[in-house]
Amino acid sequence: MSLLNVSKLTRNFGGLTAVFEASLHIDKGELIGLIGPNGAGKTTLFNVLTGVYPPSSGTIELEIDGHVTSLGGKSPHRICAAGVGRTFQNIRLFKDLTVLENVAIALQQNVPYNLFAALFHLPPYGASERRIAEESRQLLDRVGLGAKAGDLARNLSYGEQRHLEIARALATKPSLLLLDEPAAGMNPAETAELTGLIAQLREEFGLTILLIEHDMSLVMKICERIYVLDHGIVIASGTPSEVRNNPKVIEAYLGEEVPRA
Amino acid sequence: MATFKRVGLRALPFVASYLIVLGLMNAGVINDYVFSIIVTICVNIILASSLNLVTGFTGQFSLGHAGFMAVGAYTCALICINLGPVVGEVPAFLIGMFAGALAAAVIGTLVGLPTLRLRGDYLAIATLGMAEIIRVVMLNLHITNGAAGLSGIPQVVDWNWVFLFTALTLVVLWNYIRSSQGRRAIAVREDEIAAEAIGVNTTAAKVQAFTIGAFFAGIGGGLYASYFFLIKPDQFGFLKSIDILVIVVLGGLGSLSGTVIAAILLAIVSTVLAEFSDVRMIIYSLVLVLIMIFRPGGLMGSREISDTILGRVFKRGKATEGAL
Repeated sequence: MSLLNVSKLTRNFGGLTAVFEASLHIDKGELIGLIGPNGAGKTTLFNVLTGVYPPSSGTIELEIDGHVTSLGGKSPHRICAAGVGRTFQNIRLFKDLTVLENVAIALQQNVPYNLFAALFHLPPYGASERRIAEESRQLLDRVGLGAKAGDLARNLSYGEQRHLEIARALATKPSLLLLDEPAAGMNPAETAELTGLIAQLREEFGLTILLIEHDMSLVMKICERIYVLDHGIVIASGTPSEVRNNPKVIEAYLGEEVPRA
Repeated sequence: MATFKRVGLRALPFVASYLIVLGLMNAGVINDYVFSIIVTICVNIILASSLNLVTGFTGQFSLGHAGFMAVGAYTCALICINLGPVVGEVPAFLIGMFAGALAAAVIGTLVGLPTLRLRGDYLAIATLGMAEIIRVVMLNLHITNGAAGLSGIPQVVDWNWVFLFTALTLVVLWNYIRSSQGRRAIAVREDEIAAEAIGVNTTAAKVQAFTIGAFFAGIGGGLYASYFFLIKPDQFGFLKSIDILVIVVLGGLGSLSGTVIAAILLAIVSTVLAEFSDVRMIIYSLVLVLIMIFRPGGLMGSREISDTILGRVFKRGKATEGAL
């Protein structure tokens, strides 16, 4: 059953084409990797999918329970509400807020009480706030940050900040989760731990995941299919072993062989 | 039980300041001059804390707060003057306060909707222009009596009213910041792109906070008009907006208690300096420069009194309880 259908998606910045006619197809429950050399357009593709930039052309369709929504050109908060969560390559936490608050903000897509109740802290307020705090704590426990709930986000270690970004994205209750280099800057042990966590979270939350990653140990281990992007074009797709042996991919990463004279 | 205790603790500074001023007034320590300074402080607290919601908590730079104050002041004054003889002075005052605040909020929404869609400092320029337009309109309208301004506004406001509206403003703003809606505004300040990505409609969050800020600036203006019973357009110029902004920055962007402290401190400084009129502005400016050098984040930074050691002594309970 398909979840995300991206068809001939193009994004230009002036004269530069960052993504050119990229087509992706992701089924519900899949764990897909998106790889490619630096500057291939992976993050731009994410940004177009999540509405940070509108597409120059092409369509993005999200299908949830047989209901198809077109995401192209919608604002990021609408796309989030439609069921697409994301993390950022360069970590964008609310650094001066506590770990708990970071998750709590994401839990309020549908604010549970109206402005009047908020201004005077009337009845629905107390119960809703307790529920939000409780749910936030559960999510934090799930990614192993339960003990740090009261700390400021800026005081977390790099790896912990990446975990918090995942918890915050989960709080928006996504159907499709986009992870932008979740293992960047982690050591092999942390990467292995994260690999396990991603697989578990997928099971528990019934997620479909699309992830950008340079760490091939993570990608090859957990991704069922991989899309390879180079110069904004999807040059290959398939299972990890297919992609690994694809001459185009090898060329993109290592350059083409020079014919001996 | 715990909630009652917490509410009681929060109410303590309010009740104490109310009773102290009331006691000193009855004892004759506070004369009319001192009381007018207290009213100025309270009006400044209302204006600065509502600006702090916009600038300190939501991160949107606004330079036209005096414009909203003017709308509140003139609306309240006109209603008091014209409706007062019909329905009585106090009802007219209350209607005027509410209508003034509402008018300011409506103008806030109208200015906010187009400019807050954008990221960056467009709001600062737009609000600057808006405040000037409002001032010039008040200067030229027949009904506002031009440059001479409105006088003879029934002076309904006494300490009870001043206290009531100041406390109400602070409590409501405090509540807002500690609600879902308020946290969305804070998320916008922290990182607009991340806020959007987790489902916050940043434009709506900004407009909402800006409208609430304008509403309470209108309240401040109405209170000012009713107590000082004479308002003129030049009282609501650019310098007034800057005065309010100075209080906010000095107290700390994102700290309501900082705003209260700064409003009181600046009033004291300028009262003490009133005797040295020649060097007054020099010393006043010097005080500001020195505070900014030694406390660049403002007196309180983004913390509240309750976050400091003073607050912990009073609290005694677990600091992490319901940490939201």
